[in-house]
Amino acid sequence: MIKANGGPSMAMKREITVTVNGQQHQSQVEPRLLLVHYLRDVLDLTGTHIGCDTSQCGACTVLLNGESVKACTVLAVQADGCEVTTIEGLAPEGELHPIQEGFWEKHGLQCGFCTPGMIMASYQLLKNNPNPTEAEIRKGLEGNICRCTGYQNIVRAVQYAAEQMRTEAAAPVGGGE
Amino acid sequence: MGVAAMVGTPIKRREDPRLITGRATYVDDIKLPGMLHMAVLRSPYGHARINGINTEAARNHPGVVAVYTAEDVKGAVGNVAVAAPLGLMEKGMGIRGPLAEGKVRFYGDPVAVVIADDRYTARDARDLIEVDYEPLPAAIDLEKAMQPDAPVLYEEFGTNVAMGIHPPTDEIDKVFDQTKADGGVVVKQRLVNQRLIPNAMETRGVVAEFRKVDKKLTVWSSSQIPHILRNILSALVGLPQHQVRVVVPEVGGGFGSKLNIYPEEMMAAYATMKTGRPVKWIEDRSENMVATIHGRDQIDYVEVAATRDGKITGLKLYGISDLGAYSQLFTDIIMIALGFPVACGAYDIPVVHISGDIVFTNKTPTDAYRGAGRPEAAFIIERAIDLVARELGKDPAEVRRLNFIKPEQFPYKSAAGAVYDSGDYEAALDKALALAGYQNLRAEQAQKRAEGKLMGIGLSSYIEACGIGPKGSAPIGLYESARVRVENSGTVMVYTGSSPHGQGEETTFAQIVADEFSIPIDNVMIMHGDTDSTPEGRGTYGSRTTAVGGTALYHAVQRLKEKMKQIAAHMLEASASDVTLEDGKFFVAGSPQKSVTFNDVAMAANFSNTLHPSIEPGLETTAFWEPLSNTFPFGTHICVVEVDKDTGEAKITRFIAVDDCGRQLNPLLVEGQVHGGLAQGIGQAMYEGAVYSEDGQLLTATLTDYAMPLTTELPDFETESTVTLSPVNPLGVKGVGEAGTIGSTPAVANAIADALGVAHVDMPYMSEKLWKVMHQQ
Repeated sequence: MIKANGGPSMAMKREITVTVNGQQHQSQVEPRLLLVHYLRDVLDLTGTHIGCDTSQCGACTVLLNGESVKACTVLAVQADGCEVTTIEGLAPEGELHPIQEGFWEKHGLQCGFCTPGMIMASYQLLKNNPNPTEAEIRKGLEGNICRCTGYQNIVRAVQYAAEQMRTEAAAPVGGGE
Repeated sequence: MGVAAMVGTPIKRREDPRLITGRATYVDDIKLPGMLHMAVLRSPYGHARINGINTEAARNHPGVVAVYTAEDVKGAVGNVAVAAPLGLMEKGMGIRGPLAEGKVRFYGDPVAVVIADDRYTARDARDLIEVDYEPLPAAIDLEKAMQPDAPVLYEEFGTNVAMGIHPPTDEIDKVFDQTKADGGVVVKQRLVNQRLIPNAMETRGVVAEFRKVDKKLTVWSSSQIPHILRNILSALVGLPQHQVRVVVPEVGGGFGSKLNIYPEEMMAAYATMKTGRPVKWIEDRSENMVATIHGRDQIDYVEVAATRDGKITGLKLYGISDLGAYSQLFTDIIMIALGFPVACGAYDIPVVHISGDIVFTNKTPTDAYRGAGRPEAAFIIERAIDLVARELGKDPAEVRRLNFIKPEQFPYKSAAGAVYDSGDYEAALDKALALAGYQNLRAEQAQKRAEGKLMGIGLSSYIEACGIGPKGSAPIGLYESARVRVENSGTVMVYTGSSPHGQGEETTFAQIVADEFSIPIDNVMIMHGDTDSTPEGRGTYGSRTTAVGGTALYHAVQRLKEKMKQIAAHMLEASASDVTLEDGKFFVAGSPQKSVTFNDVAMAANFSNTLHPSIEPGLETTAFWEPLSNTFPFGTHICVVEVDKDTGEAKITRFIAVDDCGRQLNPLLVEGQVHGGLAQGIGQAMYEGAVYSEDGQLLTATLTDYAMPLTTELPDFETESTVTLSPVNPLGVKGVGEAGTIGSTPAVANAIADALGVAHVDMPYMSEKLWKVMHQQ
């Protein structure tokens, strides 16, 4: 949250410039502001969720300069000068990335809370390994926790996406290599 | 029954587009102008006296608007709601206000709240509150907490036992003696159903906004129960019921942990009323793990008598329920009201003796968590069956088959109390055995054992009672509702009192409506969660949304269908009883060439000029439906496990589940519910467990210590189903939300005992524990 001159517990604000989903933002932030809070509270991009406080659940996964990170464990100031892609920027407005399609087709979500992070982590997984085995998919998503699906349909969703992507190229808005 | 084309098809969900693009609104996504943030100060002790609270520094911190303690809210906010206080609870044991007064009784007990400009400031200021605690010994071990020398949470009562049920044992003693005299066996076992943390991926949260000008309070909460929350919260903060609106936005999982009215919701409401500004509160995960209700936590002593053939003659069960430090909404009734009545499981047991105690301890309050009492009951009886089989050297599948309630015995009144609706337990067993290739598995097991390998096969033929809840089962009536409106364009709006949070009723309810009206599913919209627009309902839990909510919807739709037939009859100059609706057209049966469309009738009804004067304009109705009994899903699960002799590590190599949830509205979603249920049941068996230190610290308070199952820790599930319609509702639906969890835990437990060749091992089956068991022999 951007604040006026604060009291004794406030460190000096830093100015950062971050490009998120292709759009550049200039902000003044406290050094301790988490990237996930910056995205959600300052930029109103609430698709990235917070599910834990020990960097395990992966609900906050975004791409930082094209590589997946857990935004709860990155400070906003660390993203200065970087490009961030969130779930909102994975596909152009009105379109779906094959990974998103896969989750829809294969019922890879129920409550949807882990889903944006799961999709972004899947993006990284398929970027590293476009033709993963089931074991590789499970291993690759070990950093994302889901309480609803039991993971089986998530695996199916990623397999569907991998199949789709092998036949067509898809690059996200503003966050690719 | 007209359900046909859409119902039963595995169509993909209409909920998904907003969820997969990050455009859904969960409660932490809500931002209101002038919104303040609340942070909660919690007890670091399991049990302590509060000798003083100094909030001055916190109140003076820049950006802080207010700090509240119990003293501030006395008289202004009521006590945390308990649906049915039992025993000493009727005199106040376990009942408390939203903030700790005089004592803290569990690690995480809320002591004070800070209201500030933003979430970081609220946390900073919270750290400045000074509390003078005097630590006390804590009552942690459940059985020790019942002893006279245990630390007492409610000193005025002198005991931690809120209530006991101890009927005379004459009848069961006779049965046991007779069975033994006849050469039968009696098996006994102590079973621990360990405390679990529900850990929905979205933690709890609330935004409360009070408009001083018209004294209207709006509360957005990540809740499973919008109407119950509204009704109770209004009473607790002293507002008339009609001046409170609850809106449930997207909810990121509940599993029972959001079937409650919590202190934080009460405090956020209080804070917005005092400050006149909206107030938001969101838990972080550590808070969620200490302050959201925990599940299970029961110790059971079971004794079962059986003839030499394996026929069970009697069941004796003594259960102790760990309530935690306070009662939340259903804390005290989980074991007694939900678990005990189904203690006999799928089996025809003539004589049953059930006793129990419910006990307060210095831990987080327990309450409903996926299954709520039925997992515990299924665990007990399914372990008991295997113990009988082991004692007699018989195949556990055959002991189950011998004791099953037979299809011709339904409706079946169990000696434990429940009346079961319908079932074909043998069919599910046989299907599971076939899917598993059971005989081959036993052969494989024999071979592996000869090679010195540890392979186990565990069955579970569970039943459960859901479709909550029958008339008379709760003080407030657990019916459900639906308001249906057919608009002039022929589109249909549905407002349901159910409150789905991942279960998919925006899709499945639309399937029902589309089929009944024979219109495209895209013409149907399902709305839920807002108490201003939905009729009075009871929310989503207890595998009730389709069985009860879907039935209310079905009745509303039938009512409108009848009215539309009347209108169509006038348009067709025919008699209403001759008119049929097919493919979106009304026509006289046998004469489809002269018809009016669904849209024609919708327009006629809404524009009214052409209606006969005897017909009221409009096409809108509200239906309420209350079941007269529970529904009873059932099934057989088979777990195959291998245990590494050197490390004790257990690996589930196969998991087969055959479940019967009655009619399936959408097989894709049914399978999803089963998968998710299996994951939680297997999670309990293999990995999970909330652990406290002796002085009451929750040691498993982050995801680093509490082992939620990960992608690499669950097998591929092999799922099938049988379909035995329920006679309880016109849809024939039993429910499926909890069944997977209920059936799977005992299947794993049975597999582990089978693998190690022992009578019983308590969960979770971590490698260190299994290694110790193996090396003690």
